[in-house]
Amino acid sequence: MSPEVALPILIPLTAGALSMAFWRSRMMQRLIGVAGTAALLATSLWLFASVQEQGHVIMNAGGWAAPFGITLVADHLSAIMVLLTGIIGFAVAVYSLPTIGRGHETFGYYPLLHLLLAGVAGAFLTGDIFNLYVWFEVMLLASFALLILGGERAQMEGAIKYVTLNLLSSVIFLSAIGLLYGLVGTLNMADIARRVALVEDNTLIDIVAVMFMISFGIKAAAFPLFFWLPAAYHTPPVAVSALFAGLLTKVGVYALFRVFTLIFNQSVDFTHEILLWGAALTMLTGVLGAAAQFEFRRILSFHIVSQIGYMLMGLALFTPLALVGGVFYILHHIIVKTNLFLISGIVYRLKGTHDLKKLGGVYKAWPLLGVLFLIPALSLAGVPPLSGFFAKFVLIRASIEAGEITITVIALLVGLLTLYSMTKIWAEVFWKKAPDEDSAAKRVAPVSQRHLWLMILPIVGLAACTVFIGLNGQLLYDVAEASAAQLLDPQGYIDAVLGEQP
Amino acid sequence: MEPIMAVVIGVIYASAIYMMLRRSIVKLVIGLILISNAANLLIFTVAGMTRDAPPLIPMNGDPLGDVVADPLPQALVLTAIVIAFGVLSFAVVLIRRAYQIVRVDDLDQMKDTDT
Repeated sequence: MSPEVALPILIPLTAGALSMAFWRSRMMQRLIGVAGTAALLATSLWLFASVQEQGHVIMNAGGWAAPFGITLVADHLSAIMVLLTGIIGFAVAVYSLPTIGRGHETFGYYPLLHLLLAGVAGAFLTGDIFNLYVWFEVMLLASFALLILGGERAQMEGAIKYVTLNLLSSVIFLSAIGLLYGLVGTLNMADIARRVALVEDNTLIDIVAVMFMISFGIKAAAFPLFFWLPAAYHTPPVAVSALFAGLLTKVGVYALFRVFTLIFNQSVDFTHEILLWGAALTMLTGVLGAAAQFEFRRILSFHIVSQIGYMLMGLALFTPLALVGGVFYILHHIIVKTNLFLISGIVYRLKGTHDLKKLGGVYKAWPLLGVLFLIPALSLAGVPPLSGFFAKFVLIRASIEAGEITITVIALLVGLLTLYSMTKIWAEVFWKKAPDEDSAAKRVAPVSQRHLWLMILPIVGLAACTVFIGLNGQLLYDVAEASAAQLLDPQGYIDAVLGEQP
Repeated sequence: MEPIMAVVIGVIYASAIYMMLRRSIVKLVIGLILISNAANLLIFTVAGMTRDAPPLIPMNGDPLGDVVADPLPQALVLTAIVIAFGVLSFAVVLIRRAYQIVRVDDLDQMKDTDT
């Protein structure tokens, strides 16, 4: 028995149920919000440590042996993702205390937050493809509700696009599961991986593979299926945006990594070539979209799309080094992106707008905030010695070694354009003189010191993580390398789940 | 039976996509309902339709016959129906609220968040 595999799912579910029980007490809900996510962070550390020790940590739910019951599997990649979920969940829960209004809290913000975290952790940990679908739906339903809490016009319009495309993606996923079950007659991912090799007609497998690619591509916001993301992510409260930016698309990326290393690895020339071009176009369209925007969170939303391209590039090149780069990139990106969204929230709280043209002079008034913005922003653009530099360096080196010159050039160009966007935000929000105070649309209520500190605390923590990754690149590289080695060895996963086959 | 089901499922998918491509948000939701039903039927059909005994071991402990229906796809479809029900009821409430706030039933008018 290894309870640490199930706990990252059970803790948020319990915390969510508890906060439902204290529906009327906002104080208790806040307390459970912070305590529950802290417990999630603690267990994810425990899981991470035991995966480092054992390689694969496996639990058969209900004691049913592997191909028949639902198996929970944690390998290095899952453990990393769950750890990041814990970090982001805790940071966002602390950040929510001063920023989420009374209206949101009384309509169940905290229970939904826990449910979302449970869905995300479940998707990372399950070893059963249909169960993956169920966790996707848990996560989606929670995210739908979080997205429209507040009920403003922009939220409704964004939500319709978000809901429609994600439901469509789920239906494609479900159809693909059905077809795959028809082909191999099993749902356990390790068992599927074993039996897919025995199917004679490779074309059928390729078709199912492309269906999975489209479905997860929509969820990961890859080109050409990304447009729901910039339409929706800037509408909810900042804490929700930050949570979505950090975790939701990355679940799609994780599913792509899992499925296209473990199950669909027999016609790499076909599937991974599509992924490679998808990755290149995702990077380019994302960064160009961001260049045209003049709203803080919209720029960041388009940058999520662009960064997804880098992660997919790591998967698509499908060499050991490229996978290391891809995993490293996910690791760095989740922390940095969430942090940038949280900072945009503070700027909004201080200045009352997200519009770059109306902002200005933040550095002069709050120099610490400027420094805190520069850390993740420069890291996102890949400036050494911050975390993004190592992630990009590994990926670009891998693409040169693989002889893919086009994607190397695109990746470098996109890095440059990312720097352009970040300097645009820096210049407009922090550096330039504030426009006339009279023209500011509304007077902003003063922020109490205690609230400001509660908002800054998670940002400092996440920035510290970024600097830590940057200064200890080798340590994190080793972790990413271990997970890439596992991803490239599907037989190891199969043996770990099903037991050694004769 | 399978060929008929294949055609039926194809028609449902096609009509669902047609409905989703229309501009009205009500028809969009109808399209979503249809497409999730098509997926359920697909799972049911692809897993193999057997016209034989249910997969239940009799009380006297006799072993199962050679040909029994596969219970797993039915469990999957049941789960998928429940999930689709929850999600679609959310979608219906969402379009109602969206209509109350935006006051149009036309997706082309909902472009505030696009640019």
